[in-house]
This record gives sequence, C-alpha cells and structure tokens, in this order.
Amino acid sequence: MWDYIKLAVLGLIVVIAAIAASMARDLPYLVHMLVIILAAAVTFIWVIRRIGEPVPVANQNEYMDGPVRYGVIATAFWGVVGFLVGVVIAFQLAWPELNFEWAQGYLNFGRLRPLHTSAVIFAFGGNALIASAFYVVQRTSAARLWGGGLSWFVFWGYQVFIVMAATGYVLGSTQGNEYAEPEWLTDLWLTIVWVAFLLVFMGTIIKRREPHIYVANWFYMAFIITVAMLHLVNNLAIPVSVFGSKSVPVWSGVQSAMIQWWYGHNAVGFFLTAGFLGMMYYFIPKQAERPVYSYKLSIMHFWALIFLYIWAGPHHLHYTALPDWAQTLGMTFSIMLWMPSWGGMINGLMTLSGAWDKLRTDPIIRMMVVAVGFYGMATFEGPMMSIKAVNSLSHYTDWTIGHVHSGALGWNGMITFGMLYYLVPKLWQRQGLYSLRLVSWHFWLATIGIVLYAASMWVTGIMEGLMWREVDAQGFLVNSFADTVAAKFPMYVVRGLGGVLFLAGAVIMCYNLWKTVTSSPARKPAPAASAVPAE
Amino acid sequence: METYTWLRAFADSWHLLFMFLFFIGVFVFILRPGSSKVHDETANMIFRNDDKPAGGNTGSVRESRPSSKEAH
Repeated sequence: MWDYIKLAVLGLIVVIAAIAASMARDLPYLVHMLVIILAAAVTFIWVIRRIGEPVPVANQNEYMDGPVRYGVIATAFWGVVGFLVGVVIAFQLAWPELNFEWAQGYLNFGRLRPLHTSAVIFAFGGNALIASAFYVVQRTSAARLWGGGLSWFVFWGYQVFIVMAATGYVLGSTQGNEYAEPEWLTDLWLTIVWVAFLLVFMGTIIKRREPHIYVANWFYMAFIITVAMLHLVNNLAIPVSVFGSKSVPVWSGVQSAMIQWWYGHNAVGFFLTAGFLGMMYYFIPKQAERPVYSYKLSIMHFWALIFLYIWAGPHHLHYTALPDWAQTLGMTFSIMLWMPSWGGMINGLMTLSGAWDKLRTDPIIRMMVVAVGFYGMATFEGPMMSIKAVNSLSHYTDWTIGHVHSGALGWNGMITFGMLYYLVPKLWQRQGLYSLRLVSWHFWLATIGIVLYAASMWVTGIMEGLMWREVDAQGFLVNSFADTVAAKFPMYVVRGLGGVLFLAGAVIMCYNLWKTVTSSPARKPAPAASAVPAE
Repeated sequence: METYTWLRAFADSWHLLFMFLFFIGVFVFILRPGSSKVHDETANMIFRNDDKPAGGNTGSVRESRPSSKEAH
C-alpha cells in the first residue's frame, strides 16, 4: 500500500513539474523543473521495480551505514569539484583572459564564484557533516538510525538541492546574498530535506541506549537547528511567479543587510564551526584512542560558543549604515568569542597529551592536529579583524579572503580529510588504508598549499588596504583602483598555485580511498569477546 | 512602534538578565560536585558500541562499561 502511495505522489510530482516546465518563464526555472522530473522519474522507476518484493526488515542490531558510505563518496567527489572551480576562478582573477568570450554569462568569474563557495561549503562540507552526523549519532547513541529510509531521502534530497543550486548559479538565478544565493524554489526544497535531517538525528538521539548525549551530538544538534532557523529567516521572499525563479525579498535596507550577515556569519559559526567541532570531538579521540582531554571544557566550549557566536554578525557591516551600537556589539561579541574558540582548540590538542608520539607515526592524526591548529589561528585572526580599527584596513581586501581560506582549507578541509581517512576503512571493513605514504603526500601538499594561499592573501590584502588609504600632501588619493589590481598580480599567481597543490592533495586522497576500498585486505570480523558486553 | 519599544525594553532588561543567569548557571552546573564521574563515563562512551548497537533491553547500559577505565 505504502509503495502505491509513493508511486502516486512521485507520478504527480512528475506531471506537475512537467506542466510547470512548459509554463516556465526563465531558463533556470525550466532546468530546475527538468531536474525535478528526472529525480522523481528515477525514484519512480526504482520503487516500481521493487514493488511486491518482500520488504527487508531493518536489523535493529546493526548500524545503518549505507547513507554514510554514499555520503563519504559524495564528500570526496564534491570536494574535488569545488576545489577545481576554486583553482579556475583563482586563475581567472590573475589572468582575466580566462573569462572566455564564448562562455560569457555562464562560466565567467561572477557565475563561477558562488558555484565555488557553495560547492565547497554546502556540497563538500554539507555532505561531510551529514555523513559524519549519521555515523557519530549511531555510535554514541548505540542505536540504529531512526526513520527507516528517511536518511536515504536526506542524502539524495541533499544531492538534488546541490544540483539545483549549482545549475541555478551558472544560469544566473541568484538572490545575490552571499552563501544564500539559491532562489525560493531551491530554498523550499532544502527546507524539506533539512527537516528530514533533523527528524532522523533527533529520532536517533531520543531512542539512544546510552544514558548521556555525547558532546559531539550537542554540536551537531546546534548546527542542524540553527542552520534551519537562519535559512528560514534570511530567505523570506515572495516569488514573482510560481512559474519563474525570481523572488522579491521581504527585508529591505539596512535590516536586510543585518539579517544577511546575521545569517552569513552564523553559517560560518554553526555550519563550518559547530558542525565540524562535532567531528573534532568524536574523530580526534577515536583516532588518538584517548578520551577528550577535558569533558567539562568541551561542554563549556559548546555553551559559550553558541551563546556568543549568534551576536557576532554585525562585524561584517563596520562603517556602513548599520547603527554604531550594533557594530560595536558585533565587534565585542566577536572578541569574546576568542575565549571559547581557544578553549576548544586547547581541548582538541591536549587530547593528544601522552600520545604525542602518534604525530610521528600517524599522518591522519597529524592532519587532525593541523586542522585544530588552523581552527585556533583562524579564530584568533577573526576577532582581531573584527576590531573596527583593524577592519578599516582589512575590510573589502584580500585579507578577508585569506582569513576565510585558512579557516575553510585548514580547519574544515583538514578535519574532513582526517574523518574520511578514518571512516573509509571502517565503513568498507578494511584492515587499514591502502597507503599511509599517500596520506603523508596529501598532508604536505595541502599544508603547503594553504600556507601559500594564506601568506599571499595577507600580503596582497594589507598592501591593497594601505594603497587605498594612501593620500598625498594635498590630501588626494595616491593610487587608483587599477593600480592596486596591477600590484596584486604576483600574489594572485601564488594563490592559484597554492590552490593547485591543495587540489592535487585531494585527488591523491580520492585515489588512496578508492584503492582502500578495492584492494586493501578485508578486516576479519571482530572477535566475539569484544562484541559481548561484560556482565 | 509600540511593540518595538516594549520588546526593546524587555530585551534590554529581563531577557538580558535571564540569558546572563542561564549562562552562569550552565557553568555552575558543569562544575557541580559529583559531575566528574559522569563526565569521565561520558567521555569514554565513544570507545564502545563501535560495530553494532547496544544489545537488547536487558539490563541498563550503564553496567556494560568494560573499557571505560582501561582506555585511560
């Protein structure tokens, strides 16, 4: 019966989407409808081929790792795509001729830039977060994922969101809000997927067989709930037509700007920080085989982080139409944020105390430690840049880009790589990774890549900031904007090379993970003794 | 405007006080006497149930904690 309802709904979606496609007022909307038709039709065929077959009963004494495996593959895939687009746009800035005439309006910098940011944050980071959340919540709750096939819906639904967002960017469908570019239709779809994600996660927590909720799950929960709230408020918009992709935002003026950066900064705070801290608090202790240094500190880290982060957004609007008190509030909270951030960094690093020798022998731990180190550096640099006096120099310069990338490549990237190296042998029952040497290669390529990136952006950012404010004895500006662009050329090339190294490392990782699954010796089933709880 | 003024006054006074006290309360609760045992136990929870969920409903999970001390 349930299968027939599913078929009816899927069939209805195909028909409605087909009608909408025929009425489409613009190209991105048409493409989105075709994506929906394709996704619903494939699901329809998948369901109908299995109709009447006995439904396999989910074994409650096994973890549900299917969506995690797919999530790991999607993370690696979207990671390489996102890094590649990043390298392309880095060289487009250095050599504008790479904005090819034949690709104008599709593959020029303006179209590819949101594709890069969303691919790395939401496709690479989002898949890593969903996969690791599903893995961690099962292990720390000692329970199978709640909701049966709902976790599969979350995985595939999220991939559909990514495809819709990506096609929209290339075809020019955008709200123009940084990190919130997708238009109303894509936003609505993400809302549905996200609610399903929340249900699966909370359902598993509620049916847990452990008395306590491990701290990683608190971070994941904060990440899921806050991102839902941010997404809903910042994307309040009224579609111009149900058959068109364009919408008009409800917010206007400085309120709109404030809500956008309340969203934008907390996307960093809760998507790229809280969620990834959930990873840190599970995978670092597991890889180091030691419990977290101070569990008390980890709870303090959690509460202080979520209490302070939510107020820090106004520092993106220093010296704008935003009231001064709001700017100062944002700056103050950003500076206070330094404390929980460093508390968390110390907690992560000190987890290795007594096991520092592992840094020599285990390149995965090395990756995780560098990730936490970059977390510390980025969360020191961020509060410093939020100080108004510093911001007057750094704002609108490449320093900001450098700061973002030391956080994103160093912290989010490295901890995700560590997680992937930890998870793949576990998920595919392998004895270990195919090659630790290749992990070392990845580690050094990525680290040197980040250093080239961050250092070149510091130099070019501070240089252009100083050039912009330079005045001569008569009070005239010394440099034109084009002078700064010309002066930045060598640093742009270095930045692109850093990106190439980082991308090369990720490709090596994909090869290594592929070989791990296909040709590493299988793990023998765990000896019975360790599976039976001691009575 | 009425609503704004009222909400603004509330946010500046009672809600601020509530947030502050809640925040301090969290820290007091974390450092309460006897919390260390719970925290040690929870910190070591990740080292069990790695391959499959905790079995059945017989007995509380608390009793199946063989590795919590060994892991140190």
